[in-house]
Amino acid sequence: MRHVLGIGEIGLERAEAILALVPRMAEVRSRSVPKVAALRGRTVAMLFLEDSTRTRLSFDAAARALSADTMTFTASTSSMKKGESLRDTVETISALGPNALVVRHRTSGVPWQVAAWTEAAVVNAGDGAHEHPTQALLDAHTIREALATESLSGVRVGIVGDIRHSRVARSNVRLLRMLGASVVLVAPSPLQPPGVEGWGVDASSSLDDVIGGLDVLYLLRVQAERITGGAAPDAGEYARRFGLDHARVRRLRPGAIVMHPGPVNPGVESSVDLSRLPQSVVGRQVANGVPVRMAVLLDALAGAGAGMEEE
Amino acid sequence: MTIALRGGTVVTADGEVRADVLVDGGVVSAIGPSLRGDAELDATGCHVLPGFVDLHTHLREPGREEAETIATGSRAGALGGYTALVAMPNTDPAQDSVTTVEFVRSQGRAAGLVDVLPSGCITAGRRGERLAPLADLAAAGVTLFTDDGNGVQDASLMRRALLVARDLGVVLAQHCEVSSLTAGAVMDECACSGELGLPGWPAVAEELMVQRDIDLVRDTGGRIHFLHLSTARSVALVRAAKAEGLAVTAEVAPHHLLLDHGALRSFDPVFKVNPPLRSPADAAALREGVRDGTIDAVATDHAPHPAWNKEVPLDEASPGMLGLHAALGVVGAALSPSPMDVARMMSSAPARIAGLSPRHGSLPAVGGAANLCVADLSARWTGGDRPTGSRSANDPWVGVPLVGAVRHTVFGGRATVVDGEVQQ
Ligand SMILES: [Zn+2]
Repeated sequence: MRHVLGIGEIGLERAEAILALVPRMAEVRSRSVPKVAALRGRTVAMLFLEDSTRTRLSFDAAARALSADTMTFTASTSSMKKGESLRDTVETISALGPNALVVRHRTSGVPWQVAAWTEAAVVNAGDGAHEHPTQALLDAHTIREALATESLSGVRVGIVGDIRHSRVARSNVRLLRMLGASVVLVAPSPLQPPGVEGWGVDASSSLDDVIGGLDVLYLLRVQAERITGGAAPDAGEYARRFGLDHARVRRLRPGAIVMHPGPVNPGVESSVDLSRLPQSVVGRQVANGVPVRMAVLLDALAGAGAGMEEE
Repeated sequence: MTIALRGGTVVTADGEVRADVLVDGGVVSAIGPSLRGDAELDATGCHVLPGFVDLHTHLREPGREEAETIATGSRAGALGGYTALVAMPNTDPAQDSVTTVEFVRSQGRAAGLVDVLPSGCITAGRRGERLAPLADLAAAGVTLFTDDGNGVQDASLMRRALLVARDLGVVLAQHCEVSSLTAGAVMDECACSGELGLPGWPAVAEELMVQRDIDLVRDTGGRIHFLHLSTARSVALVRAAKAEGLAVTAEVAPHHLLLDHGALRSFDPVFKVNPPLRSPADAAALREGVRDGTIDAVATDHAPHPAWNKEVPLDEASPGMLGLHAALGVVGAALSPSPMDVARMMSSAPARIAGLSPRHGSLPAVGGAANLCVADLSARWTGGDRPTGSRSANDPWVGVPLVGAVRHTVFGGRATVVDGEVQQ
């Protein structure tokens, strides 16, 4: 049993071990009975105090495909009373004996705090603007798949949008650099994180300056209040400077791919329909969500040797 | 009932003297060799210092008694060698009326372990909209006014407050924070906050208000005290203002001398404090500011919170940490001060700023008030190994090596702490 907290804690060796499990997980998903006994008798509790139906359902499907039992606590069902601390909530859930606690929270650091208060393996399903390690793992898998290469060295990834408030950006930067890719972060300066110069990446405030050199164009979801809070006076100006449009699509290198963690704000991150764009691998990202999370749960709870026989 | 403090080194106006000290009633009756008393306290290896004075204590009563009461905060103070605490006004109700101020003072008297000196609010309810009844509060004995927890955002209101305070001969103490720059902040804005994805509190939010208030002091001929300065640039601004001859004083909190923003990597809300822990370079500049006298006083910003306000996500956690019990040990570890420096920064300077001299802050002298701290300034201990005295447990010093420990405290001629234990 081990936690899955941030990419830094996971490290390169373990990340590769998790990624190596993904094809087997995808194979399980393609079986007529898409289920194996690997985690039978284990319980995975979802503690989703920030609402995210997509990620929660993805973890839930992953746990069930491995025959784990699941239970779910959301902000509305966990009925956190006034005066009940996060620690109280975690200890109450832990008393039910889950083997893993999948934690999603709007505040950075919560999975680390939770890990100090529970015996269960804590899996970070996204904390504040800090880390979203399973998203980064599925993105790395998607990039390898789409570019048909194991090695990401020499691959240039541009991440565009609200880097400052993005856990997807932080986890991706950490993992992509670990895997050998080079990264450029594209955002207006108010949306670049403080200290970005120490991240080992390039930073730019012009998408047009960098788009022609990218193998991967990764568009982040941008929240409207962040745009008017400092990036641009309105979504229209933001879209003109940082959104993907047909002119920018034409400037993409041959073979370059376009990614987005979803859900897309139509007309903001892209005025091009990403579900129809040939370069888009957004559908692959969605499809890889469950197998990658199966691999993560297996790594956290059972190790690679667990049984893959059918239920 | 006389008390003899035997075998110590007394820090007097004439320097350090190896002598016993005899306390009789509320005064020091003799300093010399071989003094005997009804009670005798061993001061071997210790310095006899003036009792410490804290310009910045959150006692939480009235309104937040689950965090601290005046009695438990007084206990923490006595353990830390304090004989006077200036009680911050962010209580509920706030200390903006004579009734509340009198209540705090009387609870302090009832506890009987330190002098509890209520500060008053600058603005009614600390809301920053209109002035509190400064003259009535001053008539009731309040000498220091602050909206601590909030800075006074409105420059016009602050300008009027400085003029009124000048008329009344009291001091305004500013919590420097331009709030439009710090909404939602949980830590210093820095490379760490960028890496951790935590909303940052930029240094400039403090420095803008320090600069504004220095300009207002020049403009009004008023006087200001800056609470808990946290940045290198703030120190430089105060240094320049003092060189100009303006009536400006400043304090620093122990945690800003010894901790830095890297502590937030643990995501432990015990390290969330306002203003936030800053960079190692800021901490070094603050230490230099204390050494060269730019910063007059060390003041704890003792801010107790119950577990349920700390064992929560960082954005929900209340800011603040315990300080009274360990302040001397932190100052020792951070600054390696001389005994006279300790007396200056922890007693005489804060007493002068709050208008408490000569009852507090005076070096031990025959005929002087018997408010004394007996401390082993070279004692090494680890934070967490000694009781805090507080009702709350948000102690950032657990596991931290500290230098300097209080052995006895004498307040008003009575031993309030003997061998590190509170005497109720
Ligand atoms: Zn304050």
